[in-house]
Amino acid sequence: MGLSSGMPFTAEKQIHVDYFAILKEQRGKDSEVIQTSAATAQELYSELKERFGFSLAQNHLSVAVNDEFAKWDTPLKENDRVVFIPPVAGG
Amino acid sequence: MFKLSQTDIDINILKASLLDAKAGAYVSFEGWVRDTNDSRHVLQLEYQAYETLALKEGAKILEEAQTRFGINGAACVHRTGSLQIGEIAVWIGVTCEHRQEAFEACRYIIDEIKTRLPIWKKETYTDGSSGWVNCRQHAHAEEINQEVGVS
Repeated sequence: MGLSSGMPFTAEKQIHVDYFAILKEQRGKDSEVIQTSAATAQELYSELKERFGFSLAQNHLSVAVNDEFAKWDTPLKENDRVVFIPPVAGG
Repeated sequence: MFKLSQTDIDINILKASLLDAKAGAYVSFEGWVRDTNDSRHVLQLEYQAYETLALKEGAKILEEAQTRFGINGAACVHRTGSLQIGEIAVWIGVTCEHRQEAFEACRYIIDEIKTRLPIWKKETYTDGSSGWVNCRQHAHAEEINQEVGVS
């Protein structure tokens, strides 16, 4: 309702986001539920980067959806769990 | 067997878990916390892991080593939490009938761990400053990430 004709349907959904390392520090918390109309993981990161001032560009990150590595254009569904993965430094 | 550990890594127990009468070679690798990085004096480290995915990815790396090199057994433990200089950050053990595949598989595992495991390292320096390794925000961030093979 209220969407003009021809506009893609971008429903608001609830996404669980967990933060680690530098993102956790910059956000000041380790997880939260985000209400968003972002269609993909990429759109969600752009939105959160803008909103919370994350320093890392998207091309320096990987992303996991529901605890599996995922492509940035993965469509997001209600209640998905998304983790943005800063450059790793194990070993 | 891949594990994350919040406490000291006990090598003897891990080595015992790999004992195998059919193996003629055992190769192990220990990654130690070093007191300098990028010519800065490191006081201590903190490793933080995305546990669920790190456990899956670690197990996958060990399976790949098994398939590629036909080894008898492999185990790896990575520390999380606070570590002091000289502590073991990561331990890998591989057993095989012969030494060549054991060396190659061990090398493969540590190389993949370093580039794929979702685990992060925060260094605290002796001057009181600190930072997440590979996540520096200055203009050279891109070059540094390329040097260590992080995309």
